[in-house]
Amino acid sequence: MGETIIQKLFRNRLGRPVKPGEIVVVDIDLAYAHDGTGPLAIDAFNELGSSKVYDPSRIRFVIDHASPSPNEGASNLQLKLRKFAKENNIKVYEVGEGICHQVIPENENLKPGMMIVGADSHTVTLGAFSLFATGIGSTDFAEVMTSGKLWFKVPEAMKVSLTGKLKPGVMSKDLILRIIGDVGADGATYMSVEFQGDGVKTLSMASRMTVCNMVVEMGAKNGIFPLDEITLKHVDASGLKDKSIFKPDENADYAVSLNYKLDELEPVVAAPHNVDNVKPVKELEGLEVNQVFIGSCTNGREEDFEIAARILSKKGVKKGVRCIAIPASRKVFLNLLRNGIIDKLVSAGCTVTHSTCGPCLGVHFGILGSGEVAVSTSNRNFKGRMGNPESSIYLASPATAAASATEGVITDPRKFVEGW
Amino acid sequence: MILRGKVWVLGDHINTDVIIPAKYKFRTGDFKELAKHVFEDLDPTLASKISKGDIVVAGRNFGMGSSREHAPRVIKEAGISAIVACSFARIFFRNAINVGLPVIEVKDVNKHFKEGDIAVIDLEKGIVKNETTGVELKFSPYPEFIMNIMRAGGLAVYRKRVQQIS
Ligand code: SF4
Repeated sequence: MGETIIQKLFRNRLGRPVKPGEIVVVDIDLAYAHDGTGPLAIDAFNELGSSKVYDPSRIRFVIDHASPSPNEGASNLQLKLRKFAKENNIKVYEVGEGICHQVIPENENLKPGMMIVGADSHTVTLGAFSLFATGIGSTDFAEVMTSGKLWFKVPEAMKVSLTGKLKPGVMSKDLILRIIGDVGADGATYMSVEFQGDGVKTLSMASRMTVCNMVVEMGAKNGIFPLDEITLKHVDASGLKDKSIFKPDENADYAVSLNYKLDELEPVVAAPHNVDNVKPVKELEGLEVNQVFIGSCTNGREEDFEIAARILSKKGVKKGVRCIAIPASRKVFLNLLRNGIIDKLVSAGCTVTHSTCGPCLGVHFGILGSGEVAVSTSNRNFKGRMGNPESSIYLASPATAAASATEGVITDPRKFVEGW
Repeated sequence: MILRGKVWVLGDHINTDVIIPAKYKFRTGDFKELAKHVFEDLDPTLASKISKGDIVVAGRNFGMGSSREHAPRVIKEAGISAIVACSFARIFFRNAINVGLPVIEVKDVNKHFKEGDIAVIDLEKGIVKNETTGVELKFSPYPEFIMNIMRAGGLAVYRKRVQQIS
């Protein structure tokens, strides 16, 4: 039996073949935690009886979740993180630098085949760079800080083959929502989701990050894209000996295989209160919207705001609707400032803020009122996710979000993109 | 290791945001305080009704969502002694083991329990019994190294003991 990509990555690391289900212990190349999970990881580090961080050069903290702090409780938790970082020589990305899953790939030297963990479930985003990345809890993070290693069960794998190219107004967000809708919130539990096929090369790095970001919403352990010319612009492949590890064997044993024709996809949303409750936008058109959020680690990159600005600059944000736009990092913010997109968004009536997780998890900047409806480009629509269990969240692409902000009701973005 | 307790039955896809809403996590790191809000968005009265030793029986994909380890820690702090579900989300499962909260996968378990039943779990033998109805269900017991973490009450205590021995 041949090997899946994840089997090859572990073989490459361990120097011996592995089988799904096997428990392996591997060195962790990079581990990051944020202000939501880092403080508890420090407690766990102390509980473990550890006194010294094994290799601080492989640890990062990012203050992005409640950033800048909305209350004294959060401020003190952040102080604890900064103090520990200082004592142990750990690099901290500070308030305003951006969301961890964006800041790490922008600033760190990513290499294909790396093993990265983050104390955040959306660490899977980094699989877009042809590496293994997964989310862990605080005790596991403390273990990595203590020993530099972690155990994993080698996962089974799901192959998703893509052909064709997305039509204007349809984004990679629509693809991943469609997949989650098809397989369900536990359809890929414990699995490595491996994207393959000709269609991959039509997806930008930002679009791939959106797709990988959400594989955890179907329970996956990680998602991974193959190594190609697009990846090579973003990673350091100089030390890579064997490029074949990013291609599965013909006879690899996949637990699930799916095929998607990108040109046949249409804009979709995930309706409340589960991410797998996926419906075509067409079916929900006309539903009144109170708030639109464009941002988060899922869809807070340049291409996301470019398409939103293009749609919004026609008529602006509908009166009475709040449209919040938050770039995923300071770097994204600066790029958008320089190319005039921020100007367009602000002129259209958006509230643009510094980079933060903000409204995505209902901590601050855009908590919904009871009975209100939001369209959000983030990745979770769970009850209460945006801070109020009495509100409803529809997850959508930036194109659908912008079209809905401009009309004040859920709207198919394709009518804005004719002739693109 | 035998656990016995009164059962609370929860549904499918219980996510980490309803286990402990993120807003509380950013106010305090005090688990006694956080435990007052466990399952709040599911049922605001549940936290006050849970007594020490109670057992949660749930459907598929328990613990889906965020990696916050606060989730199993808050459930444990609230007094829940174990969760038996049809299946678990992977990060939650791993976190629960690490903090010493027994999490057990049993197919269709939610069909065999209702609120208020008494459950008895034998972790070594791999048996969950509904004492109220007499139904017995089997599961595969943990491998020895996980069993040891459970007996110690979590990875932290276990690791300290191992360090003392070696
Ligand atoms: S933007 Fe949302 S999903 Fe992404 S890391 Fe922040 S809180 Fe998590």
